[in-house]
Order: sequence, then structure tokens, then C-alpha cells
Amino acid sequence: MDIRVERPAPDTLKVTFLGNLDIENVTKIWRLCVDAVDRESPRLLHLDFSKVDYCDGSGLALIKVLQQKQAKNHKSCTIFGLKPTFQKLLEYIEQRPDKVETSALLQEGLPEKLGHITVDILRDLKENVVFLGILSYQLFLSLLNPTKIRWSDFFRIAEDTGPQALPIIALIGFLIGLISTFQAAPSFADFGAQIYMVNLVGLGLVREMGPLLTSVLLAGRTASAFAAEIGTMKINQEIDALQTMGLNPVRFLVVPRILVAMLVTPILEVFFVIFGLLGCLVVMITLGYTTDVFFHQLYQSIEPIDYIGGLIKVFAFGLVIAGVGCLHGIKTRFGAKAIGQSTTQAVVSSLIMLVVVDGIFALIYYVLGV
Amino acid sequence: MSDNFVEIRNLCFARGDRWIFKDVSLCIPRGKIIAIMGPSGSGKTTLLRLISAQLYPNGGKVLVNGVDIHSLKRAELYKMRNSMGMLFQSGALFTSLSVFENVAFPLREHTKLPEDIIRNVVLMQLEAVGLRGARDLMPNELSGGMARRVALARALVFNPQLMMYDEPFTGQDPITMGVLVKLIKYLNNILGLTSVIVSHDVAETLSIADYAYVIADGRIIGEGTAKQVAAEKLPFVDQFIHGYADGPVPFHYPAKSYREDLRL
Repeated sequence: MDIRVERPAPDTLKVTFLGNLDIENVTKIWRLCVDAVDRESPRLLHLDFSKVDYCDGSGLALIKVLQQKQAKNHKSCTIFGLKPTFQKLLEYIEQRPDKVETSALLQEGLPEKLGHITVDILRDLKENVVFLGILSYQLFLSLLNPTKIRWSDFFRIAEDTGPQALPIIALIGFLIGLISTFQAAPSFADFGAQIYMVNLVGLGLVREMGPLLTSVLLAGRTASAFAAEIGTMKINQEIDALQTMGLNPVRFLVVPRILVAMLVTPILEVFFVIFGLLGCLVVMITLGYTTDVFFHQLYQSIEPIDYIGGLIKVFAFGLVIAGVGCLHGIKTRFGAKAIGQSTTQAVVSSLIMLVVVDGIFALIYYVLGV
Repeated sequence: MSDNFVEIRNLCFARGDRWIFKDVSLCIPRGKIIAIMGPSGSGKTTLLRLISAQLYPNGGKVLVNGVDIHSLKRAELYKMRNSMGMLFQSGALFTSLSVFENVAFPLREHTKLPEDIIRNVVLMQLEAVGLRGARDLMPNELSGGMARRVALARALVFNPQLMMYDEPFTGQDPITMGVLVKLIKYLNNILGLTSVIVSHDVAETLSIADYAYVIADGRIIGEGTAKQVAAEKLPFVDQFIHGYADGPVPFHYPAKSYREDLRL
């Protein structure tokens, strides 16, 4: 594909197109054409298409651009030899009847935006409160009448949430115990107080690290799973189906999950602490202490109340994780991105809620002197 | 008792600040098949949700069997819903349950029937939709058409008086479509159901509907028997029924003028 540029008369530029004006060729020649027209700025631009057998949208676009350039400089442009089919296409663009739509989108100012955001937040809050209300009521009903709980669902979910999570809980617990003891060792050695690392790690695990890290792991593993499962059911209209059957989706889908989480999280926390202490024991043994010394020190440092406090806390954490996960599942909107959004939201909000609830517990335990 | 199973009077419904329905009234006579047609987004599914009181209107009334369904208390409403079956667009089978368990689910939840009676009822329903042999399959092993037939069996298991079909023909091959059309007609006659079909598959829907409503812009813009609707001269109904590209529903999304956009 090539073009031939001639000046048959002063102030006249003739551009002859040799070949087909398809998208591939136009890509090669458009710069040449545009540059030639810009450089010469001829009074008359003569475009010769008699050698052009085919012209597509890009070709038409090129013609239009050249015409525009001429029109803008109040110069003229003639077209010669364009095949009737393509001529028709060109005319179609020019003569298209216009249905002009005048209404423009309203521009939103800051007050409108603020208003929208406030309404969204309030609506979200309302949804959460309503969900919490329905959940408490259904939970209460289910506990009053345990035969109404969906036990088959309960055990299936419990298996996913509990035993399946054990390996990761054990691994992280062991490593946390091992690493924190190991990291503390040099500083404690300076004071000759390495034996007190058992107090540090033991108390830390039982009171804080155990509950919090178990819950963080479950937030990543379980809250997301709950949100995704329930969200998929919502998109699949299973929740609608339940409602039209006159059955309450919260009782069917949320209550079993909440009960599972409240039961399973404390058990997992126990495993986390055991494996954490095991990690601590390994370091202590390599430092030359015997198992007896380790356990003796452990018994001395940890009161039963510490342990119970941790368990109560993790119980509440479980409730938070499952509740937030299910809430975001139920709030799933329609569309391809919806499930991804609700799982992300579930994990992020449950992590935030965990920290908030942990803070509240810290305050309560401080006041109670536990 | 009037012979309208469902009567909608002056129904208004808004979502946000957009009116989905403005003053819609229509009747669904007992024992008939009524089609509700309209373009996507015209609120057809919303109408079904309003009839089953999953949504509450901003104004107007929906009388089901002579009772204002939105004034019912929760327990009464749930009881009323047992007399309505709904077939969802996606089938909405419970993915964790087999075909048999899906159909048995409403029975297990609402009744204390012994296992052998449940088994017989379920097999009878599955026989009616031709899927008795598929009872042990899981929903993910079913084709789209089969899933819809199972969902139909599940919706019918409680012998509802009113069946609501939400886009039953969408995305089905011609054979499945034919099967579903036959099945809806057949069940309506045999069981004396009242059926509401919400759809935009004009030909299939009109072939079995006794009476059709066309909704758009929150209003009923056309109604009549299948023949009347097909012969309707109102521009919008004409466009909708015959599927013309341009008309009252424009082909072009609003834009500034073409010449201006191409900077001519």
C-alpha cells in the first residue's frame, strides 16, 4: 500500500491512494497523509480513490479526518473515484438523522455526595441491626427447641470448620510458641532469667495470642467461606426459594454456622495453646531445661482464671467471625464481582471487629482485675 | 368467593427514587394461565415478589384468595406461601442436596410425614416431570432444563393453588422449551392450578397463555388474549411482541449527535 502525493497546480494537493484502505494499510499511511496536508495546507485537497477496491471503517475515518482538517482551515476537499458502495457509507455518516438527547447527567456537588454517603452508611447500619435482631431471635428459638436446629448442616459445617482447620492451627501455634520463646531468649539471658520465658510465652498464649491468632486464622478461613457459601446461595436464588417455601433463611443458613463457630473456636484455641506451649518446650529443652522444670514453671505462672478468660474471649470471637461472615453473605448483591466483594468484606470487617471486641475484653478484664 | 385468585389493585412500588410500578391493577382468574410480559428491567420479577409478599408495596393492595397478603402476620403469611409455588429463573435447587432431597425438602420442613409417604409423594412429583430416574443425581449433574423441571417438581410438592413461573424459558434449547411449555399447560389442566408466567419469550408464552398483560414503564400498556395482544397496534406492544429493533424503545442509547461526535 502506498500513496502518491502530487501538486498538479499551485495551492492544490492531490493524494492518490494505491491499494486497499483497510485497517492494516491505514495504520501505515495515515501519518503520511496527515503530515502532507498539515505541511502544505493546500487550498484544494484532491483525494483520488480510483485505485481503491476496498475501504473499511478506518478508511472512512481517515477520509473524515482529512475533510475536517480542510474544513477547519476553510479550505476545500474533493473526493474522486470512490466506489459507490463506499460513497454510500460515507454519505450515511453525513446524513444520519439525529435524535439528539438533551438531558445531561446531573452533576453532584459535595453536599449531594455527603448525603449519599450518609444514607448509605445509615442504611448499612440498619441492615446490620435488623440482621442482628433476626439472628438473636432465631438463635434464641433454636436453643429453646434444639430439635429445630439443622443438625445435618451443623455437622457438615463443623467438619469444615474444625478438623479441617486443625493442621494450620497446629502449625501456626507451634511456630508462634517456638519463635516467641526463641526471640525472647537473648534478652532474658542477659538477666539470667531464661526460665521466666515460660511465664511470658505461657501467659501470652493463654490470655492473648491464643484467642486472637486462632480467631484471625478462622476469620481468614471460615468467615470468608461462610460469606462465599451464603453469597452463592443468594445468587443462585436458593435463599429466595427458602423464603417462598415459608422458611426463614436465617434459621437454615446462619444459626447452624453461628453454633458451629461458637463450639469449634474454643476447641481450636485449646489446640493452638497446646501446640504453642510445645514450641516453647522445644526451645527450653534445647536451652538445657528439663520437661519437669518447664511444667513446674508453667503451673506456677498460669492461673485457671487466665485460661477461662481466654476461652470466654475466644467464644465471643467465634460469634463475631461467624456473624460477620454470614451477614456479608446475606448482603451479597447480584453480579459477577459480588461474591468476591462480600468475602473480602467479611474478612476485613471480622478482623476489625475482632480487634474492637478484644479491646472491650481487655477493658473488662482490667476492671475486673482478671 | 370471587373467581379471581389474585387481584392487584392500584399497586405502587418504588425502589429508591425510581417508580417500578405506578398504579398497576390486574386480575389473575382462577384456573387460568396468565402471562406477564415486558422488556428486561420492567419489574416483572418484582411483581411476583410482591404477590408472594417478599416485598411490600408503597401503595395499593394485592389480594390473594380474597385476602390482603401484605396485611398478614408472619405466621399466616408463611402459611399462605405454602399455597403458592414459585419456579425461579435459575431453578434455585439446593446444591448440597440430591434431586430427591430437594423435592422432599418442603415436606420434611413443614410436615411430620413418615418416610414412606414422603418417598411416594416425591416419586409421584418426579414422575410428573419425567425425572423419576434422576432422583439420586446432584444438582450440578443436571442440565439447565432438568434443573428447572426438578425445581418445578419441588414447587408443586405442596400442591399449591398458584404457580408463579419466573422466566421459565430463558436460555433453554428448543426441545427443553417445548417440554416446559407442555408441562406448564398440562399441570395447569390436570391440577387445576392458577399459573402466572413472567417471561419475554413471546411466542412460547403466548402459545399457552389464556390472557396476557404487557408491562413497561411501571404501567400496563397492553392486555388481552394471545390473539388480541399479537394484533395490538399500540406502537410499544407492537414493537415488543414482534421484536423490532427500533421504536418506542429506542435502539440508540441517548447520545449527542453523531456528526458532532465524529467532529464533522
